[in-house]
Amino acid sequence: MHMDHAPPSPANTGTAAPFGAPVMDQHVFYHALLDQLEGRFGSEQSFRWEGEAWAGTDENRVWLKSEGTLTNGILGDSQQQIFFSRAITTYFDAQVGARYDLDSKPGRGWAAFGIEGLAPLFFHVAATGYVSGDGRLAAKLEGSYDLLLTQKLILQPRIEMNFYTQDDPMREIGAGLSDLDAGLRLRYEITRKFAPYIGVSYEGKYGGTADHARASGEPTNEIRFVAGLRLWL
Amino acid sequence: MTGKIGRRRFVEGFALTTGLAALGRAKAHAAAPPAILQGDRFDLTVGETPVNLTGRARTATTVNGSLPAPLLRLREGDTATLNVTNRLKESTSIHWHGLLLPNAMDGVPGLTFRGIMPGETFTYRFPVRQAGTYWYHSHSGMQEQTGLYGPMIIEPRAREPYSYQRDHVVMLSDWTDEDPMTVMSNLKQQSDYYNHNRRTLGTFAKDAQRDGVGAAVDDRLMWGGMRMSPTDLADVTGATYTYLMNGQPPASNWTGLFTRGEKVRLRFINGSSMTTFDVRIPGLTMTVVQADGSDVAPVEVEEFRIGVAETYDVIVAPRQDACTIFAQAMDRSGYARGTLALREGLAAAIPPMDPRPLRTMADMGMAHDMKSMGSKSMSGMDMSGMDMSKMTPEEHQKHMAMMAGASNDKKPGDNVPTSNADGVDPKTLAGQPGVDNVAMETKDKLGEAGIGLDGNGRRNLTYRDLRALKPNNKRAPPTRALEFHLTGNMERFLWGFDGKKFSQAGPIRVALGERIRFVLVNDTMMEHPIHLHGFLFEVENGQGDHLPFKHTINVKPAERMSFVFTADTPGHWAFHCHLLYHMEAGMFRTVLVS
Repeated sequence: MHMDHAPPSPANTGTAAPFGAPVMDQHVFYHALLDQLEGRFGSEQSFRWEGEAWAGTDENRVWLKSEGTLTNGILGDSQQQIFFSRAITTYFDAQVGARYDLDSKPGRGWAAFGIEGLAPLFFHVAATGYVSGDGRLAAKLEGSYDLLLTQKLILQPRIEMNFYTQDDPMREIGAGLSDLDAGLRLRYEITRKFAPYIGVSYEGKYGGTADHARASGEPTNEIRFVAGLRLWL
Repeated sequence: MTGKIGRRRFVEGFALTTGLAALGRAKAHAAAPPAILQGDRFDLTVGETPVNLTGRARTATTVNGSLPAPLLRLREGDTATLNVTNRLKESTSIHWHGLLLPNAMDGVPGLTFRGIMPGETFTYRFPVRQAGTYWYHSHSGMQEQTGLYGPMIIEPRAREPYSYQRDHVVMLSDWTDEDPMTVMSNLKQQSDYYNHNRRTLGTFAKDAQRDGVGAAVDDRLMWGGMRMSPTDLADVTGATYTYLMNGQPPASNWTGLFTRGEKVRLRFINGSSMTTFDVRIPGLTMTVVQADGSDVAPVEVEEFRIGVAETYDVIVAPRQDACTIFAQAMDRSGYARGTLALREGLAAAIPPMDPRPLRTMADMGMAHDMKSMGSKSMSGMDMSGMDMSKMTPEEHQKHMAMMAGASNDKKPGDNVPTSNADGVDPKTLAGQPGVDNVAMETKDKLGEAGIGLDGNGRRNLTYRDLRALKPNNKRAPPTRALEFHLTGNMERFLWGFDGKKFSQAGPIRVALGERIRFVLVNDTMMEHPIHLHGFLFEVENGQGDHLPFKHTINVKPAERMSFVFTADTPGHWAFHCHLLYHMEAGMFRTVLVS
């Protein structure tokens, strides 16, 4: 909060606050939320993270989003995004920014634009569209829900789907619905900011993406047991 | 520090945890006991003092080393001089709540002065024009939450119209071991962070058993469809708060002494940041004689709700050796407690807290069960064919906006021209980032005691019961009215008036000498204690020439009420919700009288 130390001059005595802001309603807040920090256990073991951080005022925020999966030392399914976000309606924000697919395969950058917020019945939803430098289009749809079993025991189904308009052999991706990551996680909030969880994840690959996976000897759909921590600060 | 979440009981005070409760006498280390200062010249030093109210050592913001700050006794008719020295590393301020004084003495950084800088001494000097129970507190940052609040008693020139032989201040407040900025930040990330009574699968099962699965599902769909929760009673709760009576947590048992046969005056002050208290003394009825420092015709009650920043003076005639002064938080997440006793060391039974109330559709501003509306006409509109429960959220919002426009036509029965204070058309409020609800039907609720009190079997005080002791012969009808919608978005933790935060709005211009009405329309489903600096307003509660004078009014969800005042003092006067975290989130305006 910055205070104007000048005494009121005739020019500013007609304003609402001649000596500076009386309340901090333009304060910049910031938070980080690690939604998934987990081990996935199945036919193979992986470590997965998915998190986001934001900083800004009520109206305008900068968001960083990061996700990735580490299997046998190889980084896969890793997207890093940065957004400028603006509150547009009661429950929804419009976001514009960029995404970079960064993992052990050659990377790809995208411009990104989307909408995120709380739908009726408390479903958290996000829809993001992407355009790459060479004219490819992609889309990501995400949704999750918090079902309170008790005050501290919360069951969270969530789903994320990625779509592409073109095949991308460099990234081993086929057009159409490429992959789907769904999960059911049961967390226990020891505190609001620290919640261990267990659950199951379903990872599916479809179409051309499934073909690439089969060719590499990787599974096209698998169910795995997950255990991890949900943290925020 | 996040350790508070997960306790089943709010913290009753460190005496319990250290085992000293057995001695019945342990007093929490709440800095020095507050001094009583009187006269017409006061030297006050703002500083930091170590305290331990919960078993954890913390630092409070204090005046002259005590929490609460010293009791200041002034005399009506004197000219008071108060020298405030700032020994903090940040700027501070003191606002004299409810006092009529020159604008430059009002103590609001940004509006009336720049604040009191570290090391600086600021001298407040003003004629004391009124008498009664008042209080004072910092208006800088979050200092009001960390301890800078204290009582003020102004002795009247004339004889008081009621008699009593003993006089005690009962200052209620809330204390958190967390940094208030952390509390605010937590609310911005998760607005129900401190609500440990949310509805679960378990509550659904109970409701289904009681009302049938169909009704329970409909109820969940209705609330879920609006993305709101009926368990939203308080933003900051006993999950982090310890409630204090005169700076003492419940286990420390603040005690006010009296002698057998005496009548005792209890000056209740709600000096908390976020907590509405429901006060009663089991076994005693209370006669309310003063509200917000102004005398009222005596009202006998068993219980009263005191909103943040309000004061109520009651006279009691205790017959038992000891009785419990019980102040439970409105959301039933904890209580403040003390004892009225013949001698130190006595205690009476502490009653169990009342059941926790739930918000209803009436709090959302819906007059009746939406599902059953069918083709019923509402406010002259043809609703035939409109099935509310099948509306999409967008249609719902549009419908609410339409209804808000309709109910705006209901004015208090006279022809005073009314316009929106921020120049906003209420029909445009729905859907904005700062607004999550626009009440479809609003009405006068001054005759209701409030959620959790009406119908609880005890005689409760309502605003309609307040009748000024002396008639106001200088009353004139207002020449103009300004309507303020109290708005907010719980999900984003945004609060404001007319959909706008302070930084998004301009000053509210009122002409010097104007007699003006403010109409408050609460579009949120929470109570807001709205406070106007610099003036005492008359609450239009139907008491004719005896409208009560107040400085703070707790407006209920979906309520429409109004007050009138004469803008007889020029300057920048703060007008805001007195819930500290709402005020700082933007529920604040400047009333510029010139």
